Amino acid sequence: MSANKHTISVLVNNQPGVLQRVSGLFGRRGFNIDSITVGASEEPGLSRMIIVTTGDENTLEQISKQLYKLIDVIKVNDLSSNPMVARELALIQINAEPKVRPEILGVVETFRASVVDIGPTTMIVQVVGDSDKIEAMVELLKPYGIRELSRTGVTAMIRGIVK
Amino acid sequence: MSVQTASTNQATGLLNGDLRDRLLKPDVISGSEMLLRSLLLEGVDTVFGYPGGSVLYIYDAMHGNPDFHHLLTRHEQGAIHAADGYARATGKVGVCIATSGPGATNLVTGIATAYMDSVPIVVITGNVPTSAIGTDAFQEADITGITMPITKHSYLVRDVHDLPRIIREAFHIASTGRKGPVLIDIPKDVSAAKAKFEYVDKISIRGYNPTVTPNKLQVDRLLKAVEKASKPLILAGGGVVYAGAGQQLLEFAEKTQIPVITTLLGLGGFPSAHKLWVGMPGMHGTYASNTALQNCDLLISIGARFDDRVTMKLDGFAPTAKVAHIDVDPAEIGKNVPTDIPCVGDVKIVLEQANQKAKPAKSEAWIGEIEGWKQQYPLRYKDSESELKPQYVIEMISETTDGEAIVTTDVGQHQMWVAQFYKFKHARSLITSGGLGTMGFGFPSAIGAQMAFPDKLVVSVNGDGGFQMCAQELAVCAIHNIPVKIVIINNQVLGMVRQWQEIIYDNRLSHIDLAGSPDFVKLAEAYGVKGLRATNKEEARKAWQEALNTPGPVVIDFVVRKDENVFPMVQAGTTLDEMLLGDYE
Ligand SMILES: Cc1ncc(C[n+]2csc(CCOP(=O)(O)OP(=O)(O)O)c2C)c(N)n1
Repeated sequence: MSANKHTISVLVNNQPGVLQRVSGLFGRRGFNIDSITVGASEEPGLSRMIIVTTGDENTLEQISKQLYKLIDVIKVNDLSSNPMVARELALIQINAEPKVRPEILGVVETFRASVVDIGPTTMIVQVVGDSDKIEAMVELLKPYGIRELSRTGVTAMIRGIVK
Repeated sequence: MSVQTASTNQATGLLNGDLRDRLLKPDVISGSEMLLRSLLLEGVDTVFGYPGGSVLYIYDAMHGNPDFHHLLTRHEQGAIHAADGYARATGKVGVCIATSGPGATNLVTGIATAYMDSVPIVVITGNVPTSAIGTDAFQEADITGITMPITKHSYLVRDVHDLPRIIREAFHIASTGRKGPVLIDIPKDVSAAKAKFEYVDKISIRGYNPTVTPNKLQVDRLLKAVEKASKPLILAGGGVVYAGAGQQLLEFAEKTQIPVITTLLGLGGFPSAHKLWVGMPGMHGTYASNTALQNCDLLISIGARFDDRVTMKLDGFAPTAKVAHIDVDPAEIGKNVPTDIPCVGDVKIVLEQANQKAKPAKSEAWIGEIEGWKQQYPLRYKDSESELKPQYVIEMISETTDGEAIVTTDVGQHQMWVAQFYKFKHARSLITSGGLGTMGFGFPSAIGAQMAFPDKLVVSVNGDGGFQMCAQELAVCAIHNIPVKIVIINNQVLGMVRQWQEIIYDNRLSHIDLAGSPDFVKLAEAYGVKGLRATNKEEARKAWQEALNTPGPVVIDFVVRKDENVFPMVQAGTTLDEMLLGDYE
């Protein structure tokens, strides 16, 4: 079976140690983590983790079953089996002497990104989108010289109502 | 034995009324007192532990408490293995207590042992005061972090008000679904703090809802497959024993006429004298069991998890079989072996449902075939008149106890010989570390089993290597007159390692010589325990009879031949049909 990228949503009790339990499980059982994000959910006391992982269908099934064994895990959903919205945010600080700035702004505009800071010789660009878009943006900005790059990892949600 | 259960009704395990009323009073009490009250309310009559700075409030609360029985072991590892033995012998939750830091880390091996074998234990550890957590304080260790991969769940209690609920939850989690160890880490200030004791009657844990009742369609699919099968085989594991499903398994096997093999932890889950019983499969399984596995057309795994000591090389395991898998833990299904018919639920309930409609398989010829293998290659060994053979000792113990003893083992060759040559009749009569293979487990686990069943014969079979890992617990046997019969199969080497080095490493024997071991008879006597030694058959029979006739604990040092091997043997990395048969070859 082929290895695919999967985006999994995990609803968990907002308890100390939960992130360690979940990420520890992945490490210990040899499951792969491409990215993991955690934040508040719609319900007080519960957090939602979005985990992007690579694996075949069997691995995905084991991931879900092993996650359910954790007492603090309430719901596991494979988002990528449905049409979904997946977004990541990146902050990219690049070298930007005044004379190249117009050029950079051109790139930023095409990507509907934005400039959130300008220093004497640098700029911070903020970009939101799916991971492909962010990678493309990074590629385009590389020639100017990337000083620092920080990505949030993916958060995601299924489109519409899934029954 | 001096420790007696005063407060619980032996028959029901429930507390009698007066004490219960007294415990349930909503008094303002300390966390430590809450802990003791809650444990008693959970029906715990004996705990095993070792004190230290962070649990001193808890030990203070025990002082002069006539309802609460605590056994002081000589090492925390002894305490947790004893709690484990207690749990395995009874099916109830075992409890042990240790202090923060080194006390807690000394429990790690025992927690992992219980986790691998799905044993319900509640582990109480103390921790440094909440304000000192994370400061590398004296005797601080992040025990919840350390044990996360080897506990079913764990709690770090931050507020004394949560304590009664947490204890309730811990017992519930440990003893339901797939059982396992739960850790409660209690900082010192929490065990000292006072609050009103409010016992939580009902517990509901969102996100924890084990499936116990199976899907009817899956049970039907299973039964259909049985009717069609001509070479069906049941692989029964520890799950059968833990679910108390022995009777249901027997009925299912008889109704469907399917032969049964039992894993190490499943031994006793099916009577070994039954004509449908084939033996134990795997690395040191019987020829008939392994051959049946490799030739069956339907394999029904019941409460077994396809451990690699059973399957050996997965690629090539049961190559012609359709696989049905019954387990309370859905994550076991498809984990190691692809499953055609999954069946999630409590093994006992699944079998009860199956038994309502079960019809026989067309297995007559197959049963005959298996019988042929059993006849052709039974378990056997070359006996000797001049030397004492370990297998002889186990056979002797088996015959004299007639399957009515509780037997605990340590890990190594002697463990496999017990599995092979002791005839088990009853569930929970074998207590052994299967999943983790923990040396040092055998003797202290027997103390726990004997505490649970003061009137039963408890025999602990150990190697001379493993016994030395927890031998200090002889003090506990001596002081409480716990009448465990402690058997040492003394081959003067780390036997199982020697066997591997001989067979796999070209007989290059490296660091297996146990020269320097104490005189075990004198060691026993130094603790005030009776010690006996036997070096030949006659002495063996005499010493064993004397041990059986002695009311208290006895150590019997059976000095056996050094270079005996366990056969059959399937080497790691090969398939079950590649058995070394030893004397048959
Ligand atoms: C704690 C621990 N350390 C090491 C091992 C590896 N091991 C497995 S069997 C064995 C030899 C056991 O020797 P002994 O206790 O004398 O028993 P025998 O095999 O001779 O019956 C060893 C070292 C283990 N299982 N557990």
